[in-house]
Amino acid sequence: MIKGMEIKEYIAPKTISETYSLLSESKSNKVIAGGAWIKISFKHVDKLISLDNLALDYIKEDNESFVIGAMTTLRAIETHGGLKQLASGILSQAIGSVMGINIRNIATIGGSIMGKFAFSDLLGVLLVLDAKLVFFKAGDVSIYDFVEMTKVPEDILLEIKLKKDNLKGYFKKISKTHLDFAILNIAITKRDNFKIAVGSRPNIAKLAIDTANYLNSQKTIDEETIENAVEIAGNEIKLGDNLRGSKEYREVLMKTYLKRGIREVVK
Amino acid sequence: MKINLKVNGIDKTFLIQKNEYLLDVLRRNDYPSVRRGCDNTSCGVCTVLLDGKPVPSCSVLAIRCENKIITTVEGIEKEAEKLAKHFGELGADQCGFCNPSMALTVYSLKLENKEANEEEIKNYLVGNLCRCTGYVAQHEAIKRYLGDES
Ligand SMILES: Cc1cc2nc3c(=O)[nH]c(=O)nc-3n(C[C@H](O)[C@H](O)[C@H](O)COP(=O)(O)OP(=O)(O)OC[C@H]3O[C@@H](n4cnc5c(N)ncnc54)[C@H](O)[C@@H]3O)c2cc1C
Repeated sequence: MIKGMEIKEYIAPKTISETYSLLSESKSNKVIAGGAWIKISFKHVDKLISLDNLALDYIKEDNESFVIGAMTTLRAIETHGGLKQLASGILSQAIGSVMGINIRNIATIGGSIMGKFAFSDLLGVLLVLDAKLVFFKAGDVSIYDFVEMTKVPEDILLEIKLKKDNLKGYFKKISKTHLDFAILNIAITKRDNFKIAVGSRPNIAKLAIDTANYLNSQKTIDEETIENAVEIAGNEIKLGDNLRGSKEYREVLMKTYLKRGIREVVK
Repeated sequence: MKINLKVNGIDKTFLIQKNEYLLDVLRRNDYPSVRRGCDNTSCGVCTVLLDGKPVPSCSVLAIRCENKIITTVEGIEKEAEKLAKHFGELGADQCGFCNPSMALTVYSLKLENKEANEEEIKNYLVGNLCRCTGYVAQHEAIKRYLGDES
C-alpha cells in the first residue's frame, strides 16, 4: 500500500481569489485537480487546496473557438463531439492514448498542463493547436511561452482557449504498451502553415520551428522537400536516451513518423 | 471527520482521515470486492463507479466524495451475473481478482456504447489489467454480454 500523503489541512474555497491567496501563502500549499499525479508525487502538503468548487469544469463552443475549463476531465474532452472534429481530432486521439478511461475520468486538462510532464502526450498537440492558457494572475499566456518557461508559475490555470482554424492534423504516440509513457510523440497541424511538435524526446515537447519554416517556404511538398524537412528536424530537435529508448532509436522514430505525418497533412 | 455517500443506493456515513483514499474507506467498511492492486492508478482493479463513471478509487481522496454516488459490483448484481455467465461459458477468467472491476467497466461501456465493436471494447478496457488470461476469451464474452437483450 502506498502511504498516503500527509495533509495538514484540506480546503475547498468558493472563490478563485481565495484559492490564489492560499496557494501564495507557502510553497508547501498545493492545489489539487484530478489528484492522480499528486498522489504519486507529493509526500507532504500543508494546505491541500481543492478546485472542486470553482465551476471550472466546462467546454464552451462557438463559431470561432472552444474554451475548456481547467477542471474538465480528459475523458470529457476526448468524447466531446466538437473537439473530435478539431484538426482531424488530434486532441481526442492524444488523450485517448493516455492510460485507461478510469484515470481519464479523473485526470484534468489543467493538471495535465500544470504538471508540465516531459512525457506528456497533450503538450505537443496543444503547441500545434496554438492554445492560449488563461491564468488568474498572469492572464493570457501562449502554450509556447508556458512550455519554454523554466519554472511552472505559482498561479491558477483557469481555462484553455483553442481556435477553430480548419486545420488538418496528425498525432502519433509510440509506446511499448498502451499503459506506458511515450518513447516519442509527434503532433502536426497544417492549414496555410505547418506546425510540428515532438514530445517525450525524452524532454518536454518542442516546436520544430525551422522545420516548419522550411516547409512553409516551399511551393510544393514532395518527397524531396519532406526528406529535407526531416533532415532539418534532425538538427533542430534534440533527442536523448532514457529507460524507454535510446537516442538512436528515437532518431529513427522521429524521421519515420515525421515523414508519415507530413504526407498525411498535405493529402 | 465524516463523509456522506450513497453506496449501492444506500445512504452511508463514514469516518475518514483527510488523506484517505476512497479505496481504503470502502475496504475498511466491508466492500472487499474493491481490490487493492498497484495503488497508483495503473491496474484498474480498484475501479468503482463514481457518479456513474468508472474511476480508480485508489487515487480519489475520500474527502472529495461528499454526497457522491458510489457503485461497487454488488450494486450491479444482475448485470454482473449476466457477464459472469458468459465469462464462465468461455473460460474467460481464472483467479477472479479483476472480475469486479472488469464487470463495472464493462457495465459502464454497455451504458455508453452498447454497439461497441472489438476495437472499442479493447480501448475501453485498457485500464483494467488481467494477469491470468490473454483477454481474447474476455473480449468474446463481453461481446456476447453487450449483445444480450435489455
Ligand atoms: C500512472 C499515470 C500514468 C500517466 N500516463 C500518462 C501518459 O502516458 N501520457 C500523458 O500525457 N499523461 C499521463 N499521465 C498524466 C495524467 O494524464 C494527468 O496529466 C495527471 O494525472 C495530472 O492531472 P490531474 O488532474 O490528476 O492533476 P493533479 O495530480 O491534481 O495535479 C498535477 C499538478 O498540477 C497542479 N495543478 C492542477 N490543476 C491546476 C490548476 N488549474 N492551476 C494550477 N495548478 C494546477 C497541481 O498542483 C499539481 O502540481 C499519467 C498519470 C499517471 C498518474
